[in-house]
Order: sequence, then C-alpha cells, then structure tokens
Amino acid sequence: MDISLQQVGYSYGRNTPFEKRALQGVDGTIKTGSYTAIIGHTGSGKSTLLMHLNGLLKPSEGIVQIGDTQITAGTKAKELKAVRRHVGIVFQFPEHQLFEETVEKDIMFGPMNFGVSKEESRKRAHELIELLGLPPDTAQKSPFDLSGGQMRRVAIAGVLAFKPSVLVLDEPTAGLDPRGRKEIMELFSRLHAEENLTTVLVTHSMEDAARYADNIIVMHNGHSVMAGTPQNIFGDEETLASFGLGVPRSVKLQRVVEKMIGRPLPVLALTEEDLATALARAASEEGDANA
Amino acid sequence: MMKEVLSMDHVSFSYQSEEGVTEKAIDDISFAVQQGEWIAIVGHNGSGKSTLAKLMIGLLFPDEGEVNVFIQKLSEANLWAIRSRMGFVFQNPDNQFVGSTVQDDVAFALENNGVPFTDMVTRVHESLAQVNMSNFHDHEPHHLSGGQKQRVAIAGALALKPELLLMDEATSMLDPQGRDEVIRVVEELKTKTGLTVISITHDLEEALLADRIVVMNKGKLLTTGTPTQIFARGDELEAIGLDLPFAMKVSRLLRESGMELFGEHMTEEELVNGLWTSHFSK
Ligand SMILES: Nc1ncnc2c1ncn2[C@@H]1O[C@H](COP(=O)(O)OP(=O)(O)O)[C@@H](O)[C@H]1O
Ligand SMILES: Nc1ncnc2c1ncn2[C@@H]1O[C@H](COP(=O)(O)OP(=O)(O)O)[C@@H](O)[C@H]1O
Ligand SMILES: [Mg+2]
Ligand SMILES: [Mg+2]
Repeated sequence: MDISLQQVGYSYGRNTPFEKRALQGVDGTIKTGSYTAIIGHTGSGKSTLLMHLNGLLKPSEGIVQIGDTQITAGTKAKELKAVRRHVGIVFQFPEHQLFEETVEKDIMFGPMNFGVSKEESRKRAHELIELLGLPPDTAQKSPFDLSGGQMRRVAIAGVLAFKPSVLVLDEPTAGLDPRGRKEIMELFSRLHAEENLTTVLVTHSMEDAARYADNIIVMHNGHSVMAGTPQNIFGDEETLASFGLGVPRSVKLQRVVEKMIGRPLPVLALTEEDLATALARAASEEGDANA
Repeated sequence: MMKEVLSMDHVSFSYQSEEGVTEKAIDDISFAVQQGEWIAIVGHNGSGKSTLAKLMIGLLFPDEGEVNVFIQKLSEANLWAIRSRMGFVFQNPDNQFVGSTVQDDVAFALENNGVPFTDMVTRVHESLAQVNMSNFHDHEPHHLSGGQKQRVAIAGALALKPELLLMDEATSMLDPQGRDEVIRVVEELKTKTGLTVISITHDLEEALLADRIVVMNKGKLLTTGTPTQIFARGDELEAIGLDLPFAMKVSRLLRESGMELFGEHMTEEELVNGLWTSHFSK
C-alpha cells in the first residue's frame, strides 16, 4: 500500500488563540514494502506526521493518500476506519495504553474491535506471543506484572493483531535498556521481511536509521526538507547539520580516519560492521603498499 | 578536601504488594558521592535505578540502612530542607508538570522555595534559554512533544540552582544534538559552581563522560569505578544486558577480523590513535 503526502499542513488548536502550526507543505512518498525512517529535531513534527498516516489526524491542508483512500480536511470519520485497519501505529511508550486483565485479552481487543471472531482473535494472540518471543505462560498473566521490555512487546502484539500491512513506529525503543533496544529493533526488522510489511520508523538514533531503513525523510520545523536513501542522506553531512542533525557514529569515525590517512574509504560506513570491514581493508592495502 | 554530598549505607527496599512483600527492589546498597562528582548509574530495565533515585529524594524510605544527603540522615523531619537544595528530573516528565504554562511551571518550584519575584523572572528566563526553550514560555506543557517536555523539566531543575542534580533518564527522548546540549550545560555548571550530578542513563557514551559509574544489576550494586575500570569488564556488562561504547565495539570487530591492534580503545580518539600507530604511520 503506497502512501503519499502532497503539500500536507496541520495546525493544532485551529481558530483558537493557541493555534500552533506543526506541519507545512510536507511532501513525501512511502512505497509498499519500504522501510522508511523519519528523523528530525525534537518538535519538528514527526509524531504529528505519523498520526496522519492512519487518519488519527486529518490534514488542515493538502492530501494524504493511503492506498486508494484520499484523506483531506473534508474526509468523513467513517471513511477513516478502513484506513486504520491497514495502518497500525505503535505510539511512544505504548505500554501506557495496556488496560486488560490478561495479556491475551489485551492483544485480542484490537481484532475483536474490527469484527474478528473471538476464537480467531485468541488464536492470533497466541501466535503473536510466540512470534514476539514472549514465554507461552505470558498469555494469562496481567500485563502489569511484566517487565518494561515485555510490556512493550505486548503492546506491539496488540497492534500486529489486526494484521496491518503498514506498521508505524514512534520511537519504539525509548526507555529500553541497550539489550531491549536491540531485540526490539531486530524484531521489527524480522517482521518487516517475514510479514511483508511497509515499515515507518520515527527515531532519534541515526545509527538505527542507517542500519534498518532503505528510505529516509528528514523533518525540520514542520517541513519535509530531505528525502533519499541512507547513503544519500548521511553522505550529505553539511545539509543535515543545517537541520541540527548529525550522521551515525560510524560515519563520523570514518571521516576522522579518512582525514588521518589522507584518502576517502570507498563506501559510506552505515554500521560499525561496515566500518570495521572498510578499516581492515584499508589497513591491509596500506600493508601491501609498504611491503 | 573531599566533601560528601550523598551516601547510601547498606540500603534495602521492597515494594509492598497485595500479596505481601515482593522481592527486594534494592538489596544492600552502599556507595558515597563527593561534592563536584558526576556519577552515572547504569543497569538493565528493572534493576532498581528509579527506586534508588526515589530513595535519594525521600519519596521512598529504606526498610534497612540509611540514606544520607548533605551529611544528614534523610527523614520526614528534614526532607523539605534537604530537597530545597536538590534538583531532580524524573523519567516521565508528564507526571511532573504543575503549571499551566511553561514559565509558570518553572517558576512554581522557585516560588515554593521562597525565591523573590524579581529573581524568579531572571532565573526562569535563564534556565529556559539554557535548554533552548525560550520560544515556549507561554506554551502549555502538556502540548509539547516528548523531548520538549524533557527540556522544560530540566530547566525547572536548573532554575533552582541546586547543589545536587539528580536525573533519571532525563535525556532519553531528546535527539542526539539536544542530548549533547544538555550534557554541555550540566558540565559547565559542574565546573563553574561545583554542582554534583547523579545521572541515571542507558546512554553509554554519556556514562563515558562521568567521573564514576555505578552499575546496578537485579537490585544489587554490581560494581562501581571510573569509566576505564568499568568498561574494561566489557563482557560482564554485555552479559547483564548493557552495551559497550561505540569505539570499543569497532575495536572488537577489528580484532575479530584478525587485525592487530594495541591497547584498549574506549573512545574514538583512542581508537584512531591505535589504528594510526599500528597500521598507517609506516
Ligand atoms: N496537542 C498539541 N497541541 C498543541 N501543539 C502541539 C500538540 N502536539 C504537538 N504540538 C506542537 O507541534 C510541534 C510538533 O510536535 P511533534 O509532532 O510532537 O514533534 P516531534 O514528534 O518531532 O518531536 C511542536 O512544536 C509541538 O509543541
Ligand atoms: N510502584 C511499584 N510497585 C511495585 N513494584 C515496583 C514499583 N516500581 C518498581 N517496581 C519494581 O521494582 C524493581 C525495580 O524497578 P525500578 O527501580 O523502576 O527499575 P529501573 O529504574 O532500573 O528500570 C522492578 O522489579 C519493578 O518491577
Ligand atoms: Mg514525537
Ligand atoms: Mg527507571
């Protein structure tokens, strides 16, 4: 399901003294099957933009096209329900929205709300508990008796339960410890591939954007200011810096090394593994040259 | 002369639940913090870091042991006097806002501490400027984005001109630049005013900047030491769910690929120097 944004604008508290413009003239394309990262300074409009991707907010101006559905300021609430079924959002700190007595019931809530039978919903809940690497006896536990990382997995399962084809993630690893972060990011990467998802990730981690995404959109003061592959975006350090953003640590270190050895490394090192490979190669070439 | 600002002396704490007392969230912890130190507390989710923070400001009291702040045993009686000399930023700033605008919110704590009005205005402006939120004086705190809320919460703590600043994952929702800015502001205050900082964080690069690191694991203090001492035990850290600083990860990958490298490389500078001497300076 392709998503496109055409000159999308949004203001909070329209026609009140507190009106606050959050988006202006935002353009962008998210292709079916792509993994898109949205990066930008705090307050640049990332979360507001995400809420447009499943009709939680309607644009004040412009068009949000999700598959065959066009959403504009005038779109009726009824038409948005279908969109919500296809686009699942995992909000910041999703575990704050858990509320049922058991994990199973919490995961079943979404699909049942969309008219899936109780039996089928329960079956999905159990499949998801397994898929997300939670112990099987989690099903009958209270979500509030779980650890932070486990609670977050349950909340994510609740979104996956109605089988969205687009998965939208708003800083999904905030507050998790390093191991928890890595596990959750690897999980999304696996789901993206195995379930043929279109994934949209808002992140402050340039390292995660570089490692996992194939498409990046940069937001600044409510505008979309850059779009392209990680290679393109992180290869343009100067423009990024003008939006208050940096490059991944691997690229930073690559630049320092390039300065030291007086020549560029052949590819942009998007991950520490890329960097280690490039460094090992450069060192062995150096050895050959001196041999 | 070293001057103690805070100490934990064999502190244990358990939360009460409906089914009775649960496992110890804090289990026999002792350590001391000296004036002007920057302490980073790291540990997996649920290791007891926030509980420790709550014990330090008297939101909770230990079942066993003593918490001493400014060389006084923390108690109901001296709680407010002691708290007025501390600034704290909680994990979730939402629960911390009381004012209806950003500036009211920052002013509120000052008013509570009896800061005169004329002084208050200057301090509110200064502290909001320090975290780059000057344009948001009249905004409602609840309508800010997550990272903006964290900045306001930090401004509120700084405005108090505390002797001890306690931060519980205070920069977790900030972009990398924002995080660097906050760290720079706090470092500057530390140098200029001798501020003591206790910062709970998952950011290993931030922990690398601390004078000392306290590692928590399952309610216990696993170890404490300088960043060099702590990260020398990399495998142990990984085993309890923590990470290594970036330069160390690259350094390890290089060794795994069979490259010869001398010494340990905790920072990027050390790694670059190591590479140069071992491979490129010929
Ligand atoms: N409910 C709201 N009411 C008023 N303004 C808001 C609201 N939510 C966000 N904003 C403002 O809109 C802008 C964009 O916010 P947001 O989309 O949350 O940014 P990001 O996710 O990039 O940090 C910010 O300036 C923020 O203060
Ligand atoms: N209010 C509470 N009631 C009961 N148990 C709690 C409460 N707060 C924390 N805990 C438990 O205490 C332990 C330590 O939690 P916490 O101090 O929040 O850890 P951290 O901040 O390191 O993630 C965890 O097992 C957690 O589940
Ligand atoms: Mg946001
Ligand atoms: Mg905590």
